[in-house]
Amino acid sequence: MFTWPNTDHDPHMTEAVLKQEVAAARGIKVTFGAVKALDGADLIIHAGECVGLVGHNGAGKSTIVNVINGGLSPHEGEVSYGGGSGQHGISVARANGVRCVFQELSLCPNLTVNENVRVTHSELKGWNWRARALELVRRQLEEIFPGHGIDCDSTVDDLSIAERQMVEIAISFSGAGERPKLVILDEPTSSLDAGLAAQLMAYIRRFVSEGGAVLLISHILGEILSTSDRIVVMKDGRVVADRAAKEFSTRSLVEAMGNVVRELEWQRSVTTRSGAAVLTMPPRKGHGLPFEAHRGEMIGLAGLGGHGQTDALLHLYLSGNSNWLPARRREIAFVAGDRSLNGTFPLWSILKNLSIASLGQLSSRSLVDQSREDLLGEGWKKRIEIRTPDMENRILSLSGGNQQKVLFARALATTAKIVLMDDPMRGVDVGTKQEVYEILRAEAKSGRTFIWYSTEMDEIRLCDRVYVFREGAIVAELTGDEITEKNVLAASFHGGEAA
Amino acid sequence: MKLSSGTIRLIIPALSLAVLLAAVFYMQPRAMSYTGLNLLFNLAVPIALATVAQMLIMAVNDLDLSMGTFVSFCACVTATFLQASPAIGILIFLGAIAAYAAMGVIIHLRELPSIVVTLGMSFIWGGLAVLMLPSPGGEAPGWARWVMTSRPPFVPMAIVASVVIAVVTHFLIMRSSFGVLIRGVGGNFRSVERAGWSVIRIRAGAYALAGLFAVLSGIALVGLTTSADANIALRYTLLSIAGVILGGGEFVGGKVSPIGAVIGALTLTLAGSFLSFMRISPDWQIGAQGAILIVVLALRLFLNRLEKREKNR
Repeated sequence: MFTWPNTDHDPHMTEAVLKQEVAAARGIKVTFGAVKALDGADLIIHAGECVGLVGHNGAGKSTIVNVINGGLSPHEGEVSYGGGSGQHGISVARANGVRCVFQELSLCPNLTVNENVRVTHSELKGWNWRARALELVRRQLEEIFPGHGIDCDSTVDDLSIAERQMVEIAISFSGAGERPKLVILDEPTSSLDAGLAAQLMAYIRRFVSEGGAVLLISHILGEILSTSDRIVVMKDGRVVADRAAKEFSTRSLVEAMGNVVRELEWQRSVTTRSGAAVLTMPPRKGHGLPFEAHRGEMIGLAGLGGHGQTDALLHLYLSGNSNWLPARRREIAFVAGDRSLNGTFPLWSILKNLSIASLGQLSSRSLVDQSREDLLGEGWKKRIEIRTPDMENRILSLSGGNQQKVLFARALATTAKIVLMDDPMRGVDVGTKQEVYEILRAEAKSGRTFIWYSTEMDEIRLCDRVYVFREGAIVAELTGDEITEKNVLAASFHGGEAA
Repeated sequence: MKLSSGTIRLIIPALSLAVLLAAVFYMQPRAMSYTGLNLLFNLAVPIALATVAQMLIMAVNDLDLSMGTFVSFCACVTATFLQASPAIGILIFLGAIAAYAAMGVIIHLRELPSIVVTLGMSFIWGGLAVLMLPSPGGEAPGWARWVMTSRPPFVPMAIVASVVIAVVTHFLIMRSSFGVLIRGVGGNFRSVERAGWSVIRIRAGAYALAGLFAVLSGIALVGLTTSADANIALRYTLLSIAGVILGGGEFVGGKVSPIGAVIGALTLTLAGSFLSFMRISPDWQIGAQGAILIVVLALRLFLNRLEKREKNR
């Protein structure tokens, strides 16, 4: 059992005050379509403690945060504030002193800093609110980040990313009427430098010792270990560990997040790096490792989501294909990850969706040769088993997994020697995944190069070589048997001594 | 000295108005008088009001394609009901403002594109206007006529009215809490929602306020022309959008400037007179007006790019 920090002289009194529940979520289940985002998770936060929340991508951290701040209604389970029970929603959560700093910046960029304070604090009404808002945010900024030098009269647009983050944190901690009881910080230091992050962590300790509660989510394990009283580890929508911070080390934390090492399903092809690289890229953002890919290789881009993998893929794509002129022969094909956003043409047939990338080869005198197009469609339908009676059916008549297969076929049907994949297996069922893996293997054997960004560890382990990204740069290269979940996790998280 | 981005946003519209004005004075020195200025800017007052109305809609990331027909409708109501029986006229206007608020609610609730909804509404307003005044006619209420044709000392009415509109809307949109919330919805509505505000109410409020300004535009227009017609203000739809953009506003992101919008409306009105003074035939005038717009907007894009480069350095 964890002992609470003693801030009061009377231990019994302290115990009673500090053990008060600020927010509690019990047995929460949330599903998005077929995906279980939360599968019976419990998270209880008491006054006077800082709870660290860690877990890999898709573990359900952001979902449970959204449940607690009232933005998302759970399909099962109960959320309560201050020990009471019943209502749920954004305004209820706010009325109970729950504030949230989101991972993506959530200020209004077109408003000034003090106007943003007004938007966030509805109790700041009446005459002269501008001056009061200015005073409030200035005082709070000075308290958290002494010597910050931010002009609070300027528009948020004109501030740097770090300054915006500082302002947002200050606004959330400040209280116009009453102080917040629970502040949820989702990756608050992602754009702060080490000095500012240390100031924030020191402030969190002060805030907690004055009886506030903080839920801290961060990929920097050092921060979590040094600042939290208690650490909750989530995996696959469940809480898998909930212990005092003292009982964890960087190593044990990484282990708690990861899977038990499973048998490798198949043998890696013997990596024969022959000849010159087919695709290279200098180190991103001027630091880290350079990137290179050889013929017939399957390369994984790993790391936490949104750490520059997609940008790197786009950069690689544009290095081979012009942004302006249509190329006659494309060297690089791209498989998009977000099907509905930039993958499928929803109004078109399956065949048209498949053949769009290879129309150049299929046409003679600028006219598409229909019989050749049909031939191509039939061939790929057999080869990757698209489950449809007729290729002329609308693409949306297919299941998500089969739509994704069509997108793969679109890329593979071209003559491109390099295929870039931007986490294409999101929301695809296991059976389809296995089929696609087989096809990828076969294509790689015949000399194609695959560069694959994936957030799923099982897929990363299929690759011959893996680059791990952190903060926009490649921080580690793993080959062959080094590709284990533990190594990838260790490289994706800043972990004090481990990094 | 570091200029805020809001000030930089205002430089181009103010500069283009000054340049146009100088060109007009150069070509026609007699315009540099009380009567001359009044004649030049007379018709800018209703356009400025319609531009402010459009700006309110654009502040919440929407676009109103019914502005022209709605102002025409209001002009017809002013010339008939408001003149004959003021109580019924005021009731009709209140109903029209409520209809605007309802439009905002429907657009928000059903997540409809505002362009489609307002395009549909434009036929309704147009139809109602034709029902009231099948042929040009009606009469302006005496007080509206008096306000629009009064001659204050030293500065002509058109200028006084433009300044008053600019100052009032500046306080309403840029300084008041409600204005902050409207622009907040345009900038990042999720942030406003997360802070516990009702975005529906804010949107409805923005639309209702836009309706009010459009009503004022219709009254001002009839005060100037003395009679109305169902098609009197059809050009206002595009003029108002152009005015907002010319004045430094943007289609999305809640970036608007009331002072800029009024200046934009004045610039557009002046561009018409300028082309007449240049003896450009009316056949070419619309094209020339478009060319002026393109030049000003190109200048602004250039300035934006400079600003961005400065920031990245």
